[in-house]
Amino acid sequence: MTVATLELDDVTVTRGSRGSKIALGVGIAVVVALIFAPAVAGDSATNNLTQFFILLIMAIGWNLAAGYGGMVSIGHQAFIGFASYAVLDLAIHGVLAWYAVPMAIVLAGLISIPVSYLAFRLRGGYFAIGTWVIAQVFQLVIAQQSNLGGGAGASLNDLNNLNPINRDNITYWFALGLTVGALAVTGLLLRSRVGMALVAVRDEEHSAAATGVNVARTKRLVFVLSAAICGGAGALLCISNLEVQPNSAFSVQYSAFMIFMVLVGGIGSFEGPIIGAIIFFALQQSLASYGAWYLVVLGAFAIVITLWLPRGIWGAIDPRHRRSLVPLRHRVHYDE
Amino acid sequence: MIWTNAVIQGLLLGGLYAIFACGLSLMFGVMRLVNLAHGDLGVLGAYFSIILIEHLGGNPLWTFAAVIPVAAILGYLLQRFLLDHALNGGELSPILVTFGLSIIIENLLQQTFGANDQSLDIGALSYQSWKLATNVYVGRLNVIIFVIAVMVIVGLQLFLSKTRAGRALRATADNRRAAALSGIDPKRTRALATAIALATVAVGGLFLAMRTSFAPTSGSADLLFAFEAVIIGGLGNLWGTLVGGLVLGIAQTVGSQINPADGILIGDLVFLAVLAFRPQGLIASRNVAVR
Repeated sequence: MTVATLELDDVTVTRGSRGSKIALGVGIAVVVALIFAPAVAGDSATNNLTQFFILLIMAIGWNLAAGYGGMVSIGHQAFIGFASYAVLDLAIHGVLAWYAVPMAIVLAGLISIPVSYLAFRLRGGYFAIGTWVIAQVFQLVIAQQSNLGGGAGASLNDLNNLNPINRDNITYWFALGLTVGALAVTGLLLRSRVGMALVAVRDEEHSAAATGVNVARTKRLVFVLSAAICGGAGALLCISNLEVQPNSAFSVQYSAFMIFMVLVGGIGSFEGPIIGAIIFFALQQSLASYGAWYLVVLGAFAIVITLWLPRGIWGAIDPRHRRSLVPLRHRVHYDE
Repeated sequence: MIWTNAVIQGLLLGGLYAIFACGLSLMFGVMRLVNLAHGDLGVLGAYFSIILIEHLGGNPLWTFAAVIPVAAILGYLLQRFLLDHALNGGELSPILVTFGLSIIIENLLQQTFGANDQSLDIGALSYQSWKLATNVYVGRLNVIIFVIAVMVIVGLQLFLSKTRAGRALRATADNRRAAALSGIDPKRTRALATAIALATVAVGGLFLAMRTSFAPTSGSADLLFAFEAVIIGGLGNLWGTLVGGLVLGIAQTVGSQINPADGILIGDLVFLAVLAFRPQGLIASRNVAVR
C-alpha cells in the first residue's frame, strides 16, 4: 500500500480566482457608471435608484445578522427608525442633515450594543420576537417625544431651501456610497479572522466555542455592524422622504422586505442580497397597485423558498460555492 | 381605589393574554417551534366567527362551538403539511416559514375584510358589570374570560399529566428521540400539540373580539403579548404562563392609569426588566413538560 505524502510545498492556498477578479472589475465599472447616472437618468429614475439602494442596504445589513450570524431578527426596523429620527433630531439641533447621516449610522450602531445584551438572552424564534418587542419599545418611546413631532411625525426642513434636483442627486450619491460601503464592510469582515469565526459559529456554535472562538463577542460584533448598516438605510429614508413618522419608520414591514430579499437572493451569501433586492424592487414597482395582494405573494414566496430553495437564487446558480463573485473562501490546490 | 381597580382590571386582562400564550408555550415545548403566526391565527378565528354570524345570525357566543373544532383541524393540517417540513429545514426555517404565514394571513384578511376595526357584538353581556366596591366595577364578560382562562390552563395541565396523549406530549418535549423509541408517533404528537394550540388561540381570538375591537393586523400585537407572557412567567411551565399573563395585564392597566398612552410601553418594560434581571422567568421550573 502506498501512502501519498503531502509536503507543504505541494499545496497552495488561494482566495481569488479569475472569476472574482473579473467580478471586481465589472463591479468597479458599474459603480463608476452609477456615479454619473444622475446626469443621464433624469430626476425620477435617480430617485428610484435611491429607493433601490435603500432596500439593498437593508438587505445587506439583515443578511449579515441572519445569514452569517444565525440571528433572525424581526426587529431591525428599530435601527432603521432610530437612525431616521437621529437625523431629524440632529438637524433640529442645527447639524446639517448631510453630516447627520454618518452620525446617525454610528448612533444606530451604539444603541444596538445595549439592545444586544437584552436580545441575546433569547434564542431562535424567541430571539426573533424579542427583537420585535424591542423595536416596539423604540417606536412607543419616540412617538412620545413632542420635540420630534410625537405620533404624527415631523418634517426635515433643513434641506428644503436646496434646489430639489441637487438635493435628490446628493441623496443618490449618499445612497450609492453607503451601498458600496456596506458591501465593502461585509466583504472585508468575512475575509477577516472574524469572518471565519462567524461561519464556524453559524455552522456549529459549540464546536466553534471549543476551538477558541469567543462566540458572544463575535455575534455581538456582527449584530452591531448589521444594525449600523440598517441605520444607514434609515438615515437615507429620512433625507429622501424629508419627513419621519413613527408608524412607518418603525414598521415591521421593513423586516418582511428584508427577509424576502435575502431569502430570494440567497441567505448567507454575499451576492444574495443584491439579487434579492433587484427582484424585490422589480416586484414592488410592478405589483404595488395590487395593494395587500403583493404582500400575500411576498409571504408565499418566503415560505416556498425557505422550504424548497433554502439557499435562494444564488444557491441555485452556485450550488458548490465555486463561482463566488467575491473572494471570501480559501481554496486549496494540490500541485502534482 | 383607582390603583386597586387598575390591578383588578389588569388581572382580568391578563387572563386573556394567558389564553393566547399557552398554545405558543405548548408548541415551543413539544417541538422547539415558535409560531410567529400564532396571534394571526387567533384573529383568523375571530373573522371566522364574524362570517358565521353574518350568515347564520345569533349571539356570537355560539360560534365557539364551530370555531374551536375548525381551528383544531386546521392546526392538525398545518402541522402535517407545512410546519413538519419547516422543522426539517434547519434552525432558521420555522421562523421564516411562520413569519411568511403571518404576512399572508394579515394581508388576506386586509384584502377580504378591509383594514377597519371590527368587533363581535354579544349584546348586554358586553357592558353588564358587577360592583365590588365604590368605584370598582368588573365587567361580567371580563370575569367570564378570566375564569375560562384559568379553566383552560388547569384543563391543559390535567390533560398533560393525566392522559396518555398528554404523557406523549410531555415525553416528546423531554426527549424527542427517546419518546419515538418508546413507540410514540412524533408526527401525531406534534400535530396534536398544534391542534391544541390553535384551538386555545381561537378561544383567545374570539374573546379578544368580544372584549375590544380588532383589525387584520391585531395578530402581531397579540403575538407580542403572548410571547411576553411566556417569557415573564418562565419557559417550561403553564402556571408560569398564567402568572406571566397576569403580570403583563396588570403592568399594562397600571401603566395606562399613570398615562393613558403608556400601557403597552410599561408592559414592554416589565418584560425587558424580567429579561435583564430574571431571564429564567418569575416561576422557573424544571419539571413540567412545556419547556
